[in-house]
This record gives sequence, C-alpha cells and structure tokens, in this order.
Amino acid sequence: MIATESLSKRFPRVTALDRLSLDIGPGVTGLVGANGAGKSTMIKILLGLSPATEGSAQVLGLDVRTHGPEIRERVGYMPEHDCLPPDVSATELVVHMARMSGLPPAAARERTADTLRHVGLYEERYRPIGGYSTGMKQRVKLAQALVHDPKLVLLDEPTNGLDPVGRDEMLGLIRKVWTDFGISVLVTSHLLGELERTCDHVVVIDGGKLLRSSSTSDFTRTTTTLAVEVTDSDAHPDGTGALRAALATAGVTIHAGVEDGLPGAGHILLLEASGEETYDLVRDTVAGLGLGLVRMEQRRHHIAEVFKATDQEEVPAR
Amino acid sequence: MSSQTPDANQISHANQIPDANQIPDATRTPDATRIHNIGYRSYDGPRLGRAYARRSLFSQSLRGAYGLGRSAKSKVLPMLLFAVMCAPALIIVAISVYTKADKLFVEYTQYAILLQLVVAVFLASQAPQSVSRDLRFRTVPLYFSRPIERVDYVLAKFGAMASALFVLTATPLFIMWIGSMLAKMDFAEQAKMFGQGLVSVAVLSVLFAGLGLVMAALTPRRGFGVAAVIAVLVISFGAVTTLQGISYATDNTGAIVWLGLFSPLTLVIGLQNAFLGARASFPGEMQVGAGVGVVYLAIVLGLIAACYGILMARYRKVGL
Repeated sequence: MIATESLSKRFPRVTALDRLSLDIGPGVTGLVGANGAGKSTMIKILLGLSPATEGSAQVLGLDVRTHGPEIRERVGYMPEHDCLPPDVSATELVVHMARMSGLPPAAARERTADTLRHVGLYEERYRPIGGYSTGMKQRVKLAQALVHDPKLVLLDEPTNGLDPVGRDEMLGLIRKVWTDFGISVLVTSHLLGELERTCDHVVVIDGGKLLRSSSTSDFTRTTTTLAVEVTDSDAHPDGTGALRAALATAGVTIHAGVEDGLPGAGHILLLEASGEETYDLVRDTVAGLGLGLVRMEQRRHHIAEVFKATDQEEVPAR
Repeated sequence: MSSQTPDANQISHANQIPDANQIPDATRTPDATRIHNIGYRSYDGPRLGRAYARRSLFSQSLRGAYGLGRSAKSKVLPMLLFAVMCAPALIIVAISVYTKADKLFVEYTQYAILLQLVVAVFLASQAPQSVSRDLRFRTVPLYFSRPIERVDYVLAKFGAMASALFVLTATPLFIMWIGSMLAKMDFAEQAKMFGQGLVSVAVLSVLFAGLGLVMAALTPRRGFGVAAVIAVLVISFGAVTTLQGISYATDNTGAIVWLGLFSPLTLVIGLQNAFLGARASFPGEMQVGAGVGVVYLAIVLGLIAACYGILMARYRKVGL
C-alpha cells in the first residue's frame, strides 16, 4: 500500500522526516508519534502535495512525485483539524466532495447516502453541520474521505477531541472500514493504547525517525496492563488491598507502582494480563470477595512508555 | 453484493465490530419494518478525473453566487440585486417602444457604469462567500487532497465569479437588445453596439472578479472582505472622478485621461472609449486615444494577471 525509501523532509530549521523507510501492507496501520514527530508531514508527502527533500515514496504502487492526482483519486484523507463549513448539510458537503473526487452526479449522490449511513449518520444528515456534535462532525469528516471508495484512507488524529465513548465508536468505525469495506487505513495518533486495539500494525516515529514498526500483537504482548478498581465492603474495608492479596495468591503479576498524582490512584490496581483467563480470574476473585467491580480496563499507554521500552530492549526496527 | 449484517437498525452499531457471519440469518425474526444494513458496496463506476472536478467546482461556485444550492436566506440578496440590475433595462425598453424612438436612450456601454453600485454590492457580497468560507472553515485541504490542483481551484473560482458578474451585467443588455428589435430599430447598428457592450461587460466582469476574489481571499473574515471590495471599487471611483473634476475645473485637462488609470471602473470606461466606440464619459468629454488606450489595456490585463498570481500564491500556503 505504502512504501517509502529513506524519505526525508527538511525545512530550513527543522528536519521533519529523517531517512524514513517503511513498507506498509493492506490492513489498518497506526502511525504513532508525539506532536511534531512528522506524522502530518508524512501524510502530505504521501498525498503528493509536498515534495520530499530526498528519498522516494510510493502509494498504491504509484510514485508520489509524478502521480499525485492519480494517487489522490484513489486515496481518502481526513484532516486533523475542523474543515467543515457550518452552513451546509452533511449530504450537500459530501456530495460535492464526491464530485471533486471525480464521481458523476448520480453516483456521487448514491455513494453519499450509503457512506453517511455506514458512518452512522441518519436523519441528521440533512441538517446544517453547524449544529452537529464533535462526534458527528468527525463522522462527516470520515464520510467525505470514504465517499469515493478509495483503496486507502489516511486519517489524521481521528479521535481528537472525542470523549471516551466517542473515541471507542470512532475506533470501531475505523476497524470496520477495513474489515467490512476492505479499505486499508493509515491512522495517526499520539496515543499508542487506542491504536493497539484497532490496528494490525503499528509504526512509531519520533523526531522524523522510525522508532519501531511491528505488528500489534508484539506490542500487546509487552504492554497489556489491566487497571482494576473495586469498591470497599463491610467485610473488606480495604477492598483494593484484599483484591491485591487474593490476586497475588492466584499468581497474577501486580505492578507495584500506580500512577501518582491522579485522583483515586491509590484505589487502582495495575496488573499484567497474560490472556483471556486473567479477565475471568479478576472477575471471579472480585465476586468471591463480595466487592463491587468499578472498572476493569486496558491501560492506555502513552507513547513515552514505548520510548522507555525501546531504550531498555533496543527492539530493532523492521 | 448486498450481505445483510445483523446490527441493522442500531444507531450505536458503530462501536461494535460487526461480523456478517457471526449470527446466521435464520436466528433473526423477520420484521418488515426493519431497516436493513445492506452492507458496503464498492464503486466500480467511472472516475471522471481532474477536468470534471474543475468543471463541477466551477458550476457549484457559479450557482452559489446566485444562492442556488444554498439556503433560502442566501438567495435573497443576489436575486434581489439581479432584479434591480434588470429593472431599469425593462423600463428603458418600455419607454423606447412606447415613444417609438429610433434608438435606446441609454447606450449598452453605459449601462453597467450607471448601475455600478449594484455590481459592487453583488461582488462584495458574493466574492467572500465564494472563497472566504473555504479558507475560514479550512475546507481547502479537502479540495487539495483530491485530484484537483491549486491551479484548478483558482481557475474554477475565478471563472465562476467572472461568469456570475457577466450574467449580472450582460442580461440587462440582452433585454435592451431584444427591446431594440421589438421597437424595430436598425438591426445592424443595434447588434454592433450590443456586441461592443458585451465585450465591455466581459472585461469588467473578469477584472472585477479578480479584484474581488483577491480581497476576499486575503481577508478570511467575511465582514472585512465585504468592506474591502466596496472600498476599492466605489471609493476609488469616487476619488478618481473627483480628481478628474478638479483637473477639468482647473483647465488641467491633460491629466483627466491619465487619472482614469487609477480605479477599476474608470479603466473600463477608458478602454471602451478607446476601442469599443463608447461615448467618452470622462469630464469634458475627454477622449481616450488609441495610444493611451493601449496603456489602459495593458494595465487591465496586468491587473487580471496580478490577481491570478496573488490567488495562486495565496493558496500555496494553505496546502493542508
């Protein structure tokens, strides 16, 4: 889908990309990096809108230098920032954008209706976008990237500004773009945790350099941490302590440190999840102790943790 | 290729990862009122490419200038201005036919100049809506991530605005021409003057569209754009004609023609006086000769080229 060969982009004062070589296949690929790591620069180059300083890049087998318009006809792009005029309806905007991608008028209307339904916009699609919630706007942005049935979509920070539920819905939708629609996805984020559940493959870049590129299962193996919070009960005034003891007895690795400084941090247990059975074990143990399970969730890792891991292990980049 | 997935009518289906094979169809209760998710259909039809996208943007922008395809509210002003622009032409025709005059009492080439305020208000209201919206709401990246290039965008917007102005200024001329034939005026003479009038308003439309779009594109805030367009068109015309009046009063008649170079509308007046057989409408009936006319032409063409260049430069920075 995407191949780059020692791709570099230098601005007068900054090096945005530094000899980046990647080979991204079909599926959902996450591009992770802190702000300013070069993610957006990368997308611009891949769309053929910004020439690379050196190196080469191919998208769908086409050279970005010479085949920009052909690539953009078969690729969808969802910008990170707001890009929707408030005074038109989602339908009007997406129909217009479909025509800008080269779809004949009738096909543009038909594909718009289909695509908006697929991203979960129903009756509201006839109302002006100005009245939409952030989640609905993100769906419109996704729809305009998908309306011309591209082979690949580039999604720049699609979960930005969404609440946890909206985030999960958007991630589910992104997964669906590949599993149901068969459209490959390159999605950027600065949160590794949310990508590891959605992506088949994750590429981590920092300061324009490739830090790590591997399939998600590699990440998951090293990074799956469960956060568990329980209530206290009369029998166990310190519910957290009781659960910690019980789980330790059952052989679960419990991380000593919890995040300090966060409210309620003392009540959260972080434990290593070795597989499905850990979830069941936690559930059964909590029930056995007669405690209330407030939450059990996969910890979202910040990109910094990968850096730490890389420093320690020196994982070779592919 | 329509496969039915089980989570058809659930609004919240987006947060699940649906799997069409997970639940067999047989386990579902048939219900006629259910909306079925017919699954994703890929598109195998034609992709008409860059030239088609440019044409689509052109027609969308041209229609948009008259509020077509936009809300009812945004149709009011352009349609009203269009009516105001055409009404005097109808009156002229009516009087000419009634009095059986042998020529129209307003010349084709003078019409747009008489109604310049209507043209200015139209441009001031529609140029910002054509380009400022895309800049202000950062919609431009959505265009440039598609097959069209910067040059296509600029040409489509420029062409659409010029065409909208041409429709506005040429329609009343057409009404007058039809009227002249109804009044059985000399056909050849009227046709020639009508043709000259069309060329004149075409030049005016392209020049004004360029200036209006540049000012709108440089001021993403819509209000400023409107004010800037009015200022440049109307105030510069007022200033130039005032200075010309002073020159005439002080017997400094040589300066009148050269002063005309400093406002868009007097440029058009000078140009049509030199080349399109139009009556001299500068103070003292000063004629723009062919020599000075070439200077007028060069400046008009130079301004149009500069507007195009500025628009291209403006959109270079926008990118994504």
